[in-house]
Amino acid sequence: MKDKEGIILGINGNMITVEFSGSVSQNEVGYVILPQERLMSEVIRIRGQIAYMQVFEDTRGIKVGDKVEFTSQMLAVELGPGLLSRIYDGLQNPLEIIASQYGFFLKRGVSLGALDEEKKWHFTPLVKEGDRIGAGEYLGWVAEGIFKHYIMLPFNFAGRYKVIKIGPEADYKIKDTVAVVEDKNSKAYEVKMVFRWPVKIPVKAYKERLAPSEPLVTRVRIIDTFFPVAKGGTYCIPGPFGAGKTVLQQITSRYAEVDVVVIAACGERAGEVVETLREFPKIPDPRTGKTLMERTIIICNTSSMPVAAREASVYTAATLAEYYRQMGLDVLLLADSTSRWAQAMREVSGRLEEIPGEEAYPAYLESHIAEFYERAGRVRLPGGNLASLTIGGTVSPAGGNFEEPVTQATLKVVGAFHGLSRERANARRFPSIDPLESWSRYESFIAEDKRLFAHNTLKEGNSVAQMMKVVGEEGTSLEDFVMYLKSEFLDSVYLQQNAFDPVDAQTPRDRQEYVFDKVWEVLKKRFSFTSKDEARIFFYSLRQLFIDWNYLAWQSEEFKKQESKIDKFLKEGNEKDI
Amino acid sequence: MKKIYNRILSIVGNVITVRAQGIAYEELAEVKTKRGRSLAQVIKLDKDLVSLQVFLGARGISTADEVRFLGRSMKVVFSHNMLGRIFNGSGLPLDKGPSIEGKLIEIKGPSVNPAKRIIPRHMIRTNIPMIDVFNSLVESQKLPIFSVSGEPYNELLARIALQAEVDIIILGGIGLRYDQYLFFRRVLEEGGALSRSVLFIHTASDPIVEGIMVPDLSLAVAESFALEGRRVLVLLTDMTNFCDALKEIAITMEQVPSNRGYPGDLYSQLAARYEKAVDFEGAGSITILAVTTMPGDDVTHPIPDNTGYITEGQFYLRGGRIEPFGSLSRLKQLVNDKTRPDHRAIMDGMIQLYAKYKETEEKRAMGFRMSRWDEKLIKYGEMFEREMMDLAVNIPLEKALDNGWRILKSCFLPQETGLRSELIDKFWPQ
Repeated sequence: MKDKEGIILGINGNMITVEFSGSVSQNEVGYVILPQERLMSEVIRIRGQIAYMQVFEDTRGIKVGDKVEFTSQMLAVELGPGLLSRIYDGLQNPLEIIASQYGFFLKRGVSLGALDEEKKWHFTPLVKEGDRIGAGEYLGWVAEGIFKHYIMLPFNFAGRYKVIKIGPEADYKIKDTVAVVEDKNSKAYEVKMVFRWPVKIPVKAYKERLAPSEPLVTRVRIIDTFFPVAKGGTYCIPGPFGAGKTVLQQITSRYAEVDVVVIAACGERAGEVVETLREFPKIPDPRTGKTLMERTIIICNTSSMPVAAREASVYTAATLAEYYRQMGLDVLLLADSTSRWAQAMREVSGRLEEIPGEEAYPAYLESHIAEFYERAGRVRLPGGNLASLTIGGTVSPAGGNFEEPVTQATLKVVGAFHGLSRERANARRFPSIDPLESWSRYESFIAEDKRLFAHNTLKEGNSVAQMMKVVGEEGTSLEDFVMYLKSEFLDSVYLQQNAFDPVDAQTPRDRQEYVFDKVWEVLKKRFSFTSKDEARIFFYSLRQLFIDWNYLAWQSEEFKKQESKIDKFLKEGNEKDI
Repeated sequence: MKKIYNRILSIVGNVITVRAQGIAYEELAEVKTKRGRSLAQVIKLDKDLVSLQVFLGARGISTADEVRFLGRSMKVVFSHNMLGRIFNGSGLPLDKGPSIEGKLIEIKGPSVNPAKRIIPRHMIRTNIPMIDVFNSLVESQKLPIFSVSGEPYNELLARIALQAEVDIIILGGIGLRYDQYLFFRRVLEEGGALSRSVLFIHTASDPIVEGIMVPDLSLAVAESFALEGRRVLVLLTDMTNFCDALKEIAITMEQVPSNRGYPGDLYSQLAARYEKAVDFEGAGSITILAVTTMPGDDVTHPIPDNTGYITEGQFYLRGGRIEPFGSLSRLKQLVNDKTRPDHRAIMDGMIQLYAKYKETEEKRAMGFRMSRWDEKLIKYGEMFEREMMDLAVNIPLEKALDNGWRILKSCFLPQETGLRSELIDKFWPQ
């Protein structure tokens, strides 16, 4: 079939208007043909014979009358072995390979294959000729790093297929045929290890969706204990700039107890990606002994890269995450920041001259955000095994004001809300998750009554603190004052965590349970102090003991020694013993 | 031979429209008017209607004036002879010196491949404790100075320019008052730094479109120097004027405004400039310090807000001091573990105590009785402001850390500081 063509009529920013002959479809990909380059673009609106297209590259130098070649394909990514530990841009171009071929800068119009077509993978079949299978079911597997990477019947194969030929156990390149299947009309299809899937369509090759009930341990105490996340759940982290959103995401991407992490750096600083990029290959994953990079995929469309590709990047990330979920893995997708993605939609909408909604965001903002988070979920796969995709997105509300459209639209659809506060950040209380405003609909592994008791201490301590601002310390009763000190104690030794200390940055589940019990005992204990100064000195000394304890390796000699020091101090309450 | 068009269809704001064919997006044109020649850039193509923004402004342009397309996009000359020279927002000499010959380089070039970036690792010492101790400046960092009109932000910028250890300084002035321009020139000259500086100056009386070009020109030249292995510090003042110029153009082009009249792509526009800050592996680096005056001292205003999300931290300059709250260098963690083992602890501990001092201050202002603890905090807060925050303090980092311990000791018992015991054992002054 002859490629469909169009002629450019107008250019405005990254939007072009194209007159075409024949038919084009919504979200179809086309290429602007320049003398030296081909610029990828996507149809985003059609009116009569005019298509409005967003160009994924800088539009400098395009002329009216230039040709556009249509591909009849929607924007799609390649799925196959070799995705892990890679770094892609929003359109799945491998950035390290572009760097090695083109140097420092991102040359316009460069597009390279996402996967290595020459590399050989050792394929072990799991089906035999005559078996009947459906989309997403396993034909065999190859070893990709630490995982069994299952080769599946591509997700677009509807219905049941009969395997009429399956490749023997051997080494294959990704574009070699590993199986031949036929449909009920006896039409044969070759199956390779790699296939394409349109990024804006969620992968649904599973039996059923289950409720997210199992906790996802992030090793951040305030999250796991107070505002937990569940496997297959969703959560959001809104916060003003400088409140530590990105550090929190980085910590989570390192220590969260999941199999695969997909990081979508969407419209944020390039420098942040670089930290991940350069550090991860060096950091051992405590769970597998291999490096963290082997379980990570980075989709990186930073703020100075073309804005249309930024819009695509979160979908690219979600698709890759879904692909690994189909293999029975627990996958975590971290999107930083969904506000930049929403702003990309706003820029496109503005150029389309759509009627603007609140703050000029398009009217479909909410439904797009909901669709994105709904790609998360805990599912039962065709083979009966369970898997999950958890999505955590940061939100960068304008002015740090949570009333703005993106935060509000996100809060409607997520299961947990970790709101960061500028006050806590200014006071260097990190992670700066506001313990009074945040919430989670998922269950914590800490017993509910203890957790509520601790949370109440925070609330009461906070109201005492508010009151003290008005009536002063001398107008506060000793009892209230102790409540305030208890809540400050809980905050300092449990809610706050030093992200830059190797031990304190990550608290595994059993340590959290253990330490929380000890903290809870302090909160529950009735003290008899004679003066506020005595109470203050007691709690400050206790705080010191706990902070030192937090820095000691779990169950080490020092850890136990420090614990007995704490026990002794609690028993005797005698400051001279420290 | 380039075709000349002499029928201007519309003139709106600084944007003119002509009918022409075969014109490329962002191509340059020259407009010949009674007031002289001006460059103009294509900003929209709709069939054969070409919209151009005129650098010198559309004032006085007649519908019969000549428009000649140049067949290329905006470029700037790059040469080592630029050092010590001053240019305007069209890249032409402003100091009556000879014009510069050299190779033409593209402005607003492609962005750096993230895979080619490296983790910043060099601290830039400024001898200002509020920066060196609490928010270290790092090579390849991009940091705004959030301030309000009337604060000595240009003085601070000039002092950093003179004291910071870099090879080249590029100063981009956008909407500067003429006396501010003279101030920078004088300080750089007297400090002996002019010979390693290039200035792109747009003053408040110059056409607004030229102001938009200043960051791009500055950063394009900085990039060329950096690729040659130089460590370049780009100082931009004031980026609020840049954003206001963008707003003006966007409104003229009838774009749907998003927030307080600013265009929806303000974030992307600012990011395209700030993200030029980079450390090239095997070559030089670009560090950006940019003044952003906050309209109405409101950090939630779209300009400082969008800036804050792009940059790697920010300095607040208020009351002639760099505020410890809110001021943040996001990259400091990458360098302050290599200075001295107590650096981070002093940094966090002193700020936490200062925050408590501020609370006590509030209580005192409301007339509450001060407890013993409050009195300690007050003593501490005053010492901290005098010996650390004052911008007149000009000491190296190590000296500043020692001062920190001395201040803590003269105010508190060790366990009141919340610092880790091993550090207290090592550094608490005897």
